[in-house]
Amino acid sequence: MTDLIQIASILGAAFAVSFGALGPALAEGRAVATALEAIARQPEAAGSISRTLFVGLAMIETTAIYCLVIALLLLFANPFVQ
Amino acid sequence: MESPFANPLAFMLGPVPITTTVLTTWALMAAMTLAAAWAARRLTIDRPGRVQVVLELLVETLDSEIAGTVPGDPARFRVLIGTLLLFVFVANWSSLVPGVEPPTAHLETDAALAAVVFAAGVGWGIRTRGVRGWLTSFARPSWVMIPLNLVEQVTRHVSLTIRLFGNVMSGVFVIGIVLSLAGLLVPIPLMALDLLTGAVQAYIFATLALVFIGSAVTGDEGATPPPPQQDAP
Repeated sequence: MTDLIQIASILGAAFAVSFGALGPALAEGRAVATALEAIARQPEAAGSISRTLFVGLAMIETTAIYCLVIALLLLFANPFVQ
Repeated sequence: MESPFANPLAFMLGPVPITTTVLTTWALMAAMTLAAAWAARRLTIDRPGRVQVVLELLVETLDSEIAGTVPGDPARFRVLIGTLLLFVFVANWSSLVPGVEPPTAHLETDAALAAVVFAAGVGWGIRTRGVRGWLTSFARPSWVMIPLNLVEQVTRHVSLTIRLFGNVMSGVFVIGIVLSLAGLLVPIPLMALDLLTGAVQAYIFATLALVFIGSAVTGDEGATPPPPQQDAP
């Protein structure tokens, strides 16, 4: 029974990280593409655009980090495995 | 491999267990206090040195950020927000010192920082709007929103905790994995990325703390600055 739970936990962690990386990757690509377009159109605003971009990217990245935390919880602090 | 949620014990202070995280935090606090005292003793009006110029730049940037988020005197939030920003920044970058693990890579430190932000939000809300005004701010825009507003108070501080913890811990964790797989010089680009993440996360933590406290002070609809007055043509 414990073996089954461990297998399920490892699979769950792998799926959490892989699918949790999908959405933020698409979102970050979109954000960077739009920012590059904006910088190409208005090079004098590059400073403020890239500053806002970094903060936004860190916010988007947080959703992937949540999935990583869940995966690590499953692997290292699983409440169902003693 | 060591669990990222484990907290290694350093020694026992009587019945109280002291972890290495707490020891690092104390060392950082002492170092920052000494540095601040040393820098503040050399302040002059006539011939400002380099340290003083850097400090003034920091305080002015902080003040303009605070004034842009919360209307009113920025000096009342400067102490708390500035301390949070500097502490999280120094804690994230303390991984530069060999053998030191950043205290923010442990859930307990981040939870304590978020608890400080929560208490500050409640305190400032009650102080500026009174107990009654603060309580009625939960019933906006109508009383139907009361459960959602209460849940939001909890979730936003939990997410503040997990955001900082996850970002710093994942940096430390990834460097540990790469170091055990590859060799000596391979993790250096990752460490540089980790420094960038640490600086950005310190800024984000301070900004979000400011936004949360500002929304408690001004009510949720006043958290963003009012649009500038348009001049009539």
